[in-house]
Amino acid sequence: MTTVSSTSSVSPDSKIRRTSVRRQQWSRRLPLMPALIFTIVVTQLPFVITIWYSLHKWDFLTPGSFKFIGLKNYVKPISDQFFRAATLHTVVITGGTVVIAIVIGTALAMLMDRQFLGQGMVRTLLITPFLIMPVAASLIWRHGFLDATYGFLNWILRGIGFSNVAFTTRYPLLSVVIVLVWQWTPFMMLIILAGLQSQSGEILEAARVDGASGITIFRHMTVPHLRPYLELGGLLGSIYLLQAFDTVDQLVGGAPDARNVPYFIYQRSIGGGWKFGQASAYGVLVVIATIILANVALRLISSLLESQ
Amino acid sequence: MSEGSKPVIVGQRRWMANVANVAAWAAGLLFFFPVFWMVITSFKTEQNAQTEIPNLHLNAGLERFRDVTKSAPGTLTFVKAFGTSATVVLVSTLIVLILAVPAAYALAIRQVTKWRDVLLFFISTKFLPIAAAILPLYTISQKLHLLDTKAVLIIVYVSMNLPLAVWMLRSFFAEVPRDLLEAAEIDGAGFFSRLRNVLLPIVAPGISATALLCFIFAWNEFFLAVNLTSFKSQTIPIWVTTMISTRGQFLAKLSAASTLACIPVVLAGWVAQKRLVRGLTMGAVK
Repeated sequence: MTTVSSTSSVSPDSKIRRTSVRRQQWSRRLPLMPALIFTIVVTQLPFVITIWYSLHKWDFLTPGSFKFIGLKNYVKPISDQFFRAATLHTVVITGGTVVIAIVIGTALAMLMDRQFLGQGMVRTLLITPFLIMPVAASLIWRHGFLDATYGFLNWILRGIGFSNVAFTTRYPLLSVVIVLVWQWTPFMMLIILAGLQSQSGEILEAARVDGASGITIFRHMTVPHLRPYLELGGLLGSIYLLQAFDTVDQLVGGAPDARNVPYFIYQRSIGGGWKFGQASAYGVLVVIATIILANVALRLISSLLESQ
Repeated sequence: MSEGSKPVIVGQRRWMANVANVAAWAAGLLFFFPVFWMVITSFKTEQNAQTEIPNLHLNAGLERFRDVTKSAPGTLTFVKAFGTSATVVLVSTLIVLILAVPAAYALAIRQVTKWRDVLLFFISTKFLPIAAAILPLYTISQKLHLLDTKAVLIIVYVSMNLPLAVWMLRSFFAEVPRDLLEAAEIDGAGFFSRLRNVLLPIVAPGISATALLCFIFAWNEFFLAVNLTSFKSQTIPIWVTTMISTRGQFLAKLSAASTLACIPVVLAGWVAQKRLVRGLTMGAVK
């Protein structure tokens, strides 16, 4: 593009060149456009409308209640303890699950990164929880494993001398994390395993011959090599876990002590509250917070975007 | 390894390897156990499904499966929910690919300027809490008479999976040797011909991995389905929740329904597990 001169006396020749450059740019952009336009219309436009709604008092079930009230909807969230709790639960659910799943996933990936009898079978067993429908997983855990009387886990607890624990009602947040860790550990394991297997065996062997201990090799060679894989797992995991609605809804029935932000907004609007104006304000605040967080996160792990 | 003092180390190493093998198997069985127990429970009577001491009385045969697939008027039947889910998942995945393949081409092969920003934009839409967009989606669908239709689910599932598909496909496309494409271009092949004859055969495994992931997420999706449908277009995850009843025991029925609901994704995931990992990690970490 440097060939296009910026002087006012444009020769016919460079004019043609400029139009051809422009045409070429458009021919490059064209294949991108359908996906880009679709994404903008379906994901960005609703958000703009959400901002518009948030400036109104609006009870969806009362026709004609749509009334402009400026920023009043934004006063309540600041002092709303339920919203603060939902935010905290979202952080605990997302952060807790990602960290625990990555730690267990790394351990499992190291176990799997060797040749042994039935390796393929074990990997198949391990990845299955990730493939289970979250709604089904939540319900089966709730009624089959964590149930206060008939739960399998309580049978084990009784066996080792404890008494029954009503997991989903007494420790709803813990229950949600347990089930999500069960579902997401396989995912982390798979990504980290791919990282381990891309490590050069020769270099590791050379380090071993030079007398490096297993711990030294792990800390100074494996961990740095795994970093982009850990980042990728953390990024993809967070994207989905921030939105974890199914488990909160179906495992603990949206218990106040485990209610996360998606559930909170649902509950205030379509899930029964029908206060569309107020719920929209919460939505806008969440989006602003997420954009800030996502920007920080994506910048921290921008190594993922370096091509080749 | 063959020198004097080494046999001890070798012995020790082999012992440790055995421990690791046992640990790997134990972990595999532990993680799989809830799934195993779910399948087992679906062959029980309701009385045997919920007992304080777990049992293995699998004497109900396929009764529970018959129960949950039975059609009763006025309720959501398995066949109907399955049909809705299958249609929505297949059509939305197809549309995702139709949109994402050219987009990935523009981001990886004949790159647009600032392709990195565009890619970041796509990923950033995944961070938008869907809860913040659901109200306008609901009101607009209502105005357009799209509530409780397959069409609205198809549209939102395309938008849900498109960013991930663009991300994955870009990685796959970036791996295609440039020389091949340039050669085709010199031979005078146009865009579609280059795409079909040179690019697609190479990236076909990547495309199938992407399609599989879209299939998994769309098949399992619950939040949007709950909010945007009410009866006509309810999907399989919602059908599973209808097994819960406040009267009497239901764990065996719930297990049977969950087993049926999970079969398509689990089978597909088992078959394509290696490809799936490659799709997620490749390129992104290069």
